[in-house]
Amino acid sequence: MNELNPSGWRPAMGASAPPDTIETFTGNRALQLEEALLFELGSPDRSGVDFDDIPDFDTALLGPNARKARLDLPGLSEPETVRHYTRLSRQNYAIDLGLFPLGSCTMKHNPRLDEKVARFPGFADVHPLQPVQTVQGALSAINELAVWLIELTGMHGVAMTPKAGAHGELCGLLCIRAALEAKGDPRAVILVPESAHGTNPATAAFAGYRVENIPATTDGRVDVDALKARLGPDVAGVMITNPNTCGLFESELKNIADAVHAIGGYVYCDGANFNAIVGRVRPGDLGVDAMHINLHKTFSTPHGGGGPGSGPVVLSEALSPFGPLPFTSRQADGSMKLIEEEQAHEEHPQAFGRMCAFHGQMGMFTRALTYILSHGADGLRQVSGDAVLNANYILRSLEDVLDAPFGAAGPCMHEALFSDDGFAEGFTTLDLAKGLIDEGYHPMTVYFPLVVHGAMLIEPTETESKAGLDQFIGAMRSLAERARAGDELLKSAPHLAPRRRLDETLAARKPKLVYKPA
Amino acid sequence: MRYLPLTDADRDAMLAVIGAGSVDELFADVPAAARLAEPIAGLPNHASEMAVERHMARLSADNLTAGAAPFFLGAGAYRHHIPASVDHMIQRGEFLTAYTPYQPEIAQGTLQVLFEFQTQVARLFGTDVANASLYDGSTACWEAIAMAARITKRNKAIISSGLHAHYVETARTMAKFTGDELVTSAPELVAEPDDAAVIAAIDGGTSCVVVQYPDVLGRIPDLAAIAQAAQAKGALLIAVVTEPVALGLLESPGSLGADIVVGEGQSIGVGLQFGGPYLGLFGCREKFLRQIPGRLCGETVDADGKRGFVLTLSTREQHIRREKATSNICTNSGLCALAFSIHMTLLGGEGLSKMAKASHMRARQTAERLSAIPGVAVINRHYFNEFAVTLPHDARQVVRDLADRQVLGGVSLGRLYPHVDALSGGLLVAATECTTDEDIETFATTLAEVLA
Repeated sequence: MNELNPSGWRPAMGASAPPDTIETFTGNRALQLEEALLFELGSPDRSGVDFDDIPDFDTALLGPNARKARLDLPGLSEPETVRHYTRLSRQNYAIDLGLFPLGSCTMKHNPRLDEKVARFPGFADVHPLQPVQTVQGALSAINELAVWLIELTGMHGVAMTPKAGAHGELCGLLCIRAALEAKGDPRAVILVPESAHGTNPATAAFAGYRVENIPATTDGRVDVDALKARLGPDVAGVMITNPNTCGLFESELKNIADAVHAIGGYVYCDGANFNAIVGRVRPGDLGVDAMHINLHKTFSTPHGGGGPGSGPVVLSEALSPFGPLPFTSRQADGSMKLIEEEQAHEEHPQAFGRMCAFHGQMGMFTRALTYILSHGADGLRQVSGDAVLNANYILRSLEDVLDAPFGAAGPCMHEALFSDDGFAEGFTTLDLAKGLIDEGYHPMTVYFPLVVHGAMLIEPTETESKAGLDQFIGAMRSLAERARAGDELLKSAPHLAPRRRLDETLAARKPKLVYKPA
Repeated sequence: MRYLPLTDADRDAMLAVIGAGSVDELFADVPAAARLAEPIAGLPNHASEMAVERHMARLSADNLTAGAAPFFLGAGAYRHHIPASVDHMIQRGEFLTAYTPYQPEIAQGTLQVLFEFQTQVARLFGTDVANASLYDGSTACWEAIAMAARITKRNKAIISSGLHAHYVETARTMAKFTGDELVTSAPELVAEPDDAAVIAAIDGGTSCVVVQYPDVLGRIPDLAAIAQAAQAKGALLIAVVTEPVALGLLESPGSLGADIVVGEGQSIGVGLQFGGPYLGLFGCREKFLRQIPGRLCGETVDADGKRGFVLTLSTREQHIRREKATSNICTNSGLCALAFSIHMTLLGGEGLSKMAKASHMRARQTAERLSAIPGVAVINRHYFNEFAVTLPHDARQVVRDLADRQVLGGVSLGRLYPHVDALSGGLLVAATECTTDEDIETFATTLAEVLA
C-alpha cells in the first residue's frame, strides 16, 4: 500500500519480459507512434479542401506557359492530415513539456494570450500595402512596441523591420557603415571577441567588413587591453555580446565604448542575452550605438522549431538617422504615419535602404507587445531577477560535481557555464547531453562558447519553478557522476528517445534532402 | 505575476544556497552607475490578462480588415482561404514551443516536417533540392543573387523591371555594401513583360538574371528563352515567385530552365499578417548544394538503423564557418514552413490546381468587369490572378478614396514606385478564390463612382 494506491490492489502480472526485447507488428511502442512520410501516405488525387468545380476552364489568358501536367504533390484528407501532424508533433521535445535549458536561447514559457492576440483580425487579416488610413491600429501597435524597446534600452530610435537576430546584426552594421560613409570615412575592420556567436563574424563579413578576433581573458571576458591596442583609424566598430556568451556581464563595456568612440568607431551590442538585464540595466547608459533584441528570446515569441524570429535594432542618436525604411511615426494629433520611400526624401533622407519587403514581423510584434504589457516595468525587472537567480542556483548546486571555469569569480548572469574537466577518459559533453535526453530533458547548449573546453551552457529562464530546478539539478548530478565514473551506458545514450544517435556523417556525405520514391 | 513561478520563500531559500543576501547582489558585476534601483519610471506596471486583451483588442479594432471589405490587394501578399486545421496544428505546443532541431533524437517531428517541406517546395518549383526556408521572399531573392555571384565569380546581376519594387530595394541595399552591381529599371505599363530587354542586357560579366514569374504587373515571362540566353553566357537564371499558387496552373520555373528559384510562401498557409512573418522559399540545382544559404534537413539512420532526419551540411553555416559562412542566417521561418506544408498537404496536387483555377477565374471576372468602366483599361495580355489597370487619375488617391468607401481596391503603382510619374495611373488588382461576385460588383461600382 502506498499514497497513490491506498487500496493496495495489484493487477495480475504475466511473466515479465524486458521491454526492449518486445517486438511489435507496427513498430509502434504504445504511445510512441512511428509515422510514415507524407509521400508514402498521400496521393495527388486526395485532398482535404473542397472547391467548386469549374467546368470548361479556359487557359487562354495564362499564355504559353500554362501547365500541361498536374503537380505531383501528395494530398491527404483532413482527418489523415491532422493525424499525420499530431503523430509527428509527439516526437518533439518542447517548452510545454519541460525545462529547455539551451544557453543563449532563452527558452521561456510562451504565454497563450500572446497567441490569441496575434490572431485578432486587425493584426492577422490586414495587408501590408493597405492605405495607411485603414491600418491605424496596426501601425499604432508597432509604434507602442517601438516606444517600449527604446525606453527599456535607453536608446534614441529603433529599426523594427529586421526579421531575426542575425538580420538585426546586419541592420546595425549597415547603420554603422552608412554613418561612416556619410562622414567620408569608410573603414574596413570590425572587431569581434572570440567568444561571440557565429552570426557576429558572418554578419560583419556579409556587410563587407574584414573580421578580426579579440581574445578573451581567463576570467571569461573580453581582453580590454588587447581590444584597445587594436583600435585605430581602420576600425569601424566592435561587436560585443553583453551579457556575454560565458554568462558574464562585460563590466568594462562603458570603458570600451568610450575608447571606440574616441577613435571614431561605433559599438554594436549583440542583445541575445538581454533577458538577464531587462528592466535593470539600459544598454544606452553603457555607450552602445546599436543593439538587436531577439523578440523570440527576451519577449517570448515562440521559437516554432526554428523561427520565425524578430530582431528590432535599437539605435543611438548618432546612428538613428541612418535606420532603414519603412518605419512608423506618431503625429501630433495621435494619428500614425508610415515613412516609406515616398516620404523618405523629406523625413528620413539618410536611410541606408530597406531590409525586406513590408514592415517586419508584425505577428511577432503583437505577441511581444502583449508579453511586455502583461509584465510591465515591474514584471520585466522581476523577469531578469528571477532568470539570474535561477541560473546562479544551478551554478552553485552543480559546481561540486561539474567544473565551472568562471564560478570562483562571482555570480553568473542568466546562464551557468560548465566544462567537461573531470570526466572519465573518453567521456564527453555530448555523452552527458544525450544522457539528459533519457532523463526527459532537452540538453543544454553544448560546445559553445568555443573558449571553454567541452562547454555546457545552461539557461533555465525565469519561468521554471524551484521544484522543477531541483529535479533538473538532481538529474544533472546523477549524469555528472556517471560521466566522471565512466558509465559505458552513457556513451550510447539516448536509449529511450524516439531515435538513438543519428548518423550525421552519412547525412552530409550522401545528402538526401528530398524524398525520392525507391 | 502570473508567468513567474517563484515565491518569495523560494527566492530566499535559493539565495541561501547561493550565499547571496539579495537578488541585487547577483548583479554586482554591473557598474553601480548603470544599475537601476527601481523599475524604469514612466512605464506602466504589470497588467491582468483581461486588461491587456482589452487594450490589444482596441488596437485591432482600429483597422479595416481584409475580411470585412471587398479586397483586391496582392503585390507580393495574397489572401487565400486557410483551412482551420492548419492554424490548429501549428498551435500544438510540441511544434510551437520547440527550438531549432539541434538534438535530432527528440526533434524528429520538426525534422520530418522540414524534409517533407523541402520536397514539396522542390516539386512545386521544379528544382532538384530546396532548403528549410528563409525569412521571406525579398531576403531569399537577395540570398540567391549573392549565391549566384559566389558560383559564377561575377558580380553583375541583371534585374528584370518586373521584379517587385521592395525586392529590388532590398537587393539594392545589400549590393551597396557588398559591391555587387545591379542593373535595374522601373516597369512600363505595357502588355508584355520585358524579356527582350533582359536578354539584351546579358553579357560575359553577368552573374545572374533575376526574373519574377508572374511579374510585378502579373505578366508571365518566357522563362525558357531567358534561361537559354543567360546560360549561353555563363550566367544563372533566378526565378522569383511571389504567388506560389500560380504554379498550380503554370509550368514550374525549374522545368523551364531556372537555375535557382526563390519565392514568398505566404499565400499558402501563412496569412497576410500585415507583412510578416512570411516564408522565404529557396530551391536550386543539386550541383549548387554546398552554396545554399540557410538550414538544410537530410535523411539518415540512427544507431539502430532506423530512418531519421538531421540538420545537415552545416559546414556552410555561420556557427561552424563564422566569417566564411554562405550566409549569416541562423533563425529561419520554421513555423511558417510548417503552416505552408500542412496547407499543401491538405490541398495536394489536385487541390492546388483547383485553388489556382478558382483564383484565375475570379481575376478574369474582375478584369472583365473593371474594363467596362470608362477610363479603365487592363494592361496585361496574360496573367494568373493579378493584373495591372490604368486609371485616368493618380491611383494613389483613387485607392484612398476607395478605402474611404470601405473598399480595399488594389495596390497603386505610385505606392511601389513613388518617383516614376509614368506609373502614377497604374493600379495592381488581385483576386483569389476568396473573392465573391458581390465583392467584384461593389469594387466596380465604387471605382466608377470615385472616378466620375
